[in-house]
Amino acid sequence: MRDKLLEIKKLKVIYSTDGKVVEAVNHIDLEIHKGEALGLIGETGAGKTTTALSILNLIPNPPGKIVEGEICYNGQNLLKLSQKEMRAVRGNKISMIFQDPMTALNPVMTVGDQIAEVIRLHQKMPRNEAYIKAQEMLETVGIPGNRLKDFPHQFSGGMKQRVVIAISLACNPELLIADEPTTALDVTIQEQVLDLMEKLQKEFNTSLLMITHDLGVVAEVCETVAIMYAGEIVEYGTIEQVYNDTKHPYTRGLFDSIPKFHEDVKRLKPIKGQMPNPAHLPVGCNFADRCPDVMPKCRESEPVVIDVGQNHLVKCYKYVDGGDQA
Amino acid sequence: MLRFLFRRILMMIPVLLGVSFVVFFMSYFTPGDPAVMILGDMATQEDIQMMHEQLKLDEPFLVQYVNYVKNIVTKGDFGTSYTTKQPVLDELLVRFPNTFKLAGLSVILSVIIGITVGIVSATRQYSILDNVATAISFIGVSMPNFWQGMMLIIVFSVWLGWLPPSGFSTPMHWILPAVTIGTSSAAQIMRMTRSSMLEVIRQDYIRTARAKGQSERIVIWRHALKNALIPIITVVGLSFGRLLGGAVLTESIFSIAGIGKLMVDAINMRNYPLVQGGVLFIAIVMSVVNLIVDVLYAYVDPRIRTQFTTNSIRKKIRLGEVGDE
Repeated sequence: MRDKLLEIKKLKVIYSTDGKVVEAVNHIDLEIHKGEALGLIGETGAGKTTTALSILNLIPNPPGKIVEGEICYNGQNLLKLSQKEMRAVRGNKISMIFQDPMTALNPVMTVGDQIAEVIRLHQKMPRNEAYIKAQEMLETVGIPGNRLKDFPHQFSGGMKQRVVIAISLACNPELLIADEPTTALDVTIQEQVLDLMEKLQKEFNTSLLMITHDLGVVAEVCETVAIMYAGEIVEYGTIEQVYNDTKHPYTRGLFDSIPKFHEDVKRLKPIKGQMPNPAHLPVGCNFADRCPDVMPKCRESEPVVIDVGQNHLVKCYKYVDGGDQA
Repeated sequence: MLRFLFRRILMMIPVLLGVSFVVFFMSYFTPGDPAVMILGDMATQEDIQMMHEQLKLDEPFLVQYVNYVKNIVTKGDFGTSYTTKQPVLDELLVRFPNTFKLAGLSVILSVIIGITVGIVSATRQYSILDNVATAISFIGVSMPNFWQGMMLIIVFSVWLGWLPPSGFSTPMHWILPAVTIGTSSAAQIMRMTRSSMLEVIRQDYIRTARAKGQSERIVIWRHALKNALIPIITVVGLSFGRLLGGAVLTESIFSIAGIGKLMVDAINMRNYPLVQGGVLFIAIVMSVVNLIVDVLYAYVDPRIRTQFTTNSIRKKIRLGEVGDE
């Protein structure tokens, strides 16, 4: 097994507004190894972005707050670092690609300035060298270097996302967090951007945390995958384990809702119901109300996470005591 | 950019023609005979008749107006003041430095205070600091200038004796009037800065800047402020333009020989050439300030800059100067 790069332990993040407390992320554990690509899948509001922002300690506070847990990066708890120490990590050791490239770039600064900024910040390079490096980065992501002095509004969406990728990889980070990097792009551009990310991840030997709600994207890019539901990780394993030997009823629901090419599908098969309101999570399993295999004890207490074989983790009562009672 | 400037300056011409016509029209049809005002109540009918001929007041309205515009354009002659017999332009230019100095000082003061406090307020929204700043700014906006000016005179000139109560000759004289005007526009600028900044610091690109590891100070002052500047420039430009037209009340209270006071006196005396010249002068100043504001927009925001250049490119294409690509 490769070395652990990032380890999230029992992370809990809450948002409190007007006396209401929303448990956005609820005691999750995650590990990312060096060079590994981990996919984090979940529907909107499951807490994916909150998890990502926690790693960089960028949760907007107020209203958000990390109340429990540790985020260890190379054995060092990031949550204990001072603001100054944390700034040396952001953009340098760990960097992030955001969801919407249309708004992620500063409209009044040239892309060159924005790429060179992060280089100058962390690599203490003189100005002109940083701009040469910025130009190289731009060419690496497939944009002609002479567009260094152009402003974001002169680029298309896909090209803007390339610029964002150039910024995030400029300092050769050990971990890249990609928060739905292709959601805002159309399918052909998605493919280009994913190919680029995959290529660069290999080239720079960067670990990747890919956040998405697209199962296909994860299958293409990642080796391991974590399924997130209502602030918890309900299933974790390698792509083969999770995709071929799906355990958790929620994960199965996700796969079943994809229409199949070789069957004559009249209607889509969605997972029934809505995700529970994170301000009022149920007592037992969060998925109980929507689960086709629900059992009485699911509504009484929360299941624990169990290993169903070779580090394939599932949080479901169906697999407790080794017996499949469904 | 040069093309844009040229076009904008050309656009000023119809505006100024319109202003001059309206002002000329209004003063022509205002009751009251300038000749009587000049000569006094005791003047004989013949004296008044002579004065009419001398001032060419008997000519038809349009002839008078065309002559007026012609004189301005060809000779730079805005007419002669009835009361002092000096050229109107000279009268205005003598007063303008005072008004300009007062407006400039007030705007500099209000920009420094307004933007700093506005940013602090926005970055610490709903903190005690923000609430105090908001409360003070409301007082600043609602306090009438003339009252504030008099209070300042009472405190700093009468009670404490630190600063002179009137005049505008030395820097010591500049402080009270500049503070009087500066504080109320500072309050406006502060409110605008705060709301504009609040909008900007929630944007994704601010989060991007933080995710790069940039320090909070640079995130706010470099990344956020430049994006928040457009509405702030608008407010500053408006208040600067307005002040260049003369701060009538403040100038009166502090006995400053500025444009505002000159205009009020001219209106009271029915000194038509001076009123017309003054209004036209203010219109010119206002247009120039607006032009500067537009150029500043383009300087601050590259998206606006692109509009200018693409407009001129479009025109070139239409004229066949650039081939289709």
